[in-house]
Amino acid sequence: MEPRTKLPLDGRLVAGFLVRLCRLLTGVRARWLAPLPEKQARIYYANHSSHLDGMVIWASLPGHLRPQVRPVAAADYWLSSKLRRYIARRVFNAVLIKRRPAEKQSEQPNNALELMNDPLKKGQSLIIFPEGTRGNGEEISAFKSGIWHLAKMNPDVELVPVYLENLNRVLPKGSRLVVPILCSATFGEPVESIREGEEKAEFLLRARAALETLAP
Amino acid sequence: MNFQDKSLVYLLCGLFGLLLIASILGYLIALVKGNTPVVANLNARIRAWWMMCILSVMAMWFGPVGSTLLFAVMSFLALRECITLTPTRRGDHEALFWCFFIMLPLQYLLVGERWYGTFAIFIPVYAFLFIPTRMALAGDTVNFLERSAKIQWSMMLAVYCISHAPALLMLNIPGYENQNIKLLLFLMIVVQISDVLQYVFGKLFGKRPIAPRLSPNKTLEGFAGGILSATLVGTLLWWITPFAPWQAALISLVITLLGFAGGLCMSAIKRDRGVKDFGAMIEGHGGMMDRIDSLCFAAPVFFHLIRFYFT
Repeated sequence: MEPRTKLPLDGRLVAGFLVRLCRLLTGVRARWLAPLPEKQARIYYANHSSHLDGMVIWASLPGHLRPQVRPVAAADYWLSSKLRRYIARRVFNAVLIKRRPAEKQSEQPNNALELMNDPLKKGQSLIIFPEGTRGNGEEISAFKSGIWHLAKMNPDVELVPVYLENLNRVLPKGSRLVVPILCSATFGEPVESIREGEEKAEFLLRARAALETLAP
Repeated sequence: MNFQDKSLVYLLCGLFGLLLIASILGYLIALVKGNTPVVANLNARIRAWWMMCILSVMAMWFGPVGSTLLFAVMSFLALRECITLTPTRRGDHEALFWCFFIMLPLQYLLVGERWYGTFAIFIPVYAFLFIPTRMALAGDTVNFLERSAKIQWSMMLAVYCISHAPALLMLNIPGYENQNIKLLLFLMIVVQISDVLQYVFGKLFGKRPIAPRLSPNKTLEGFAGGILSATLVGTLLWWITPFAPWQAALISLVITLLGFAGGLCMSAIKRDRGVKDFGAMIEGHGGMMDRIDSLCFAAPVFFHLIRFYFT
């Protein structure tokens, strides 16, 4: 578990500001369906429809847990400008992953997984979006296999589904305009880790179903 | 807010005195009856009333600018609740951005600038034409009429109607110069106390529901007791207004009836959307819109009655 990571002061200040702004705009309410154990690495996985998703989950977590929770985000988006780079690195301490089209898979097969696995080994938690990309907010698309590999490599890590509601209406794909709409984040019961002899496709469907049941 | 004005000071003392009595009563009821859900909700409501009154008075302290800003924030929160409850689509996104960040501030700017002519028609004419146009440009035709109507009505209720309350400050009433803040307080107090008294009479004597499918809590007994007693309260407050006592009575009756109509229509919206409250930001009361639903209908008519007969 130890040592606990600490964010730099400027990062914490900016984070506090962003969390408040986020709450002001989305009035986000977190609902916890299961109690949250304090010191345990977890993978929070959520449906993805907006660039704000990661921040909303982060803002919904209790303040003392936040430094230990690292959002996984796409490097191509979050490294593309100075401001985004600053927010991703200094404020959210994000794990930045290169999204590559399928044909390049052979080049760097497991680099992304290693990057995500590292914090888990150190006892930190992750926020991931297993759909891999933002959807239209109406349905949850099929999960990519990253979550399966992570679950397999870390059987003790809890997988917590988080259902985000209305974020696609706040900042949808293809828009830069933020509209203040009330949002909610529902944290479900952890899903059971990979069962004996469970196939990848089965597990991915099961994890996705657990997330879908949280939808109101 | 002018504290040289004796009647204003008396009014505020009376208001907070009433709250104090309510808090003591709430405490005693909890002692006698135990902390049942209804009693807990009653006390949560009283605590929230303290917060709302203190916040409102603090805002009004800063004069017309503070009062106007107070209602602008209320409009913003109410509009957010209305739009959240409406299933909007991606094609509405840009129009909604305009509603929240351009048209809402403009409407309150017009209030602050006392520009009556434009204030009165800005939303019903310009916003009503602009919203569907922007949505049409976005190119989504599914339920177009329904979607634009829902956004237009949200703007109407949450922004246009509510903005008539601070607009009272722009009226020039001969012999009542620089005292309009009391008119605004009169409107708020009569409308809100009517809500409270309808709730109290309903809880004590309520038997026959008026519209059981809309709201089981609105009963004939609550309606009659609440409206009559709130009208009496309004009449007894004639000395803070430019009205004669009989005028105060008539105007109080009109605005309490309108407040009831507002509450009824908002209940219909909530039932249709399958929710109990618009939101959860005010403890015990629900959302902002749940608190100001009656003001929505009362404010514009009150404003125009005064503008027609007293200026």
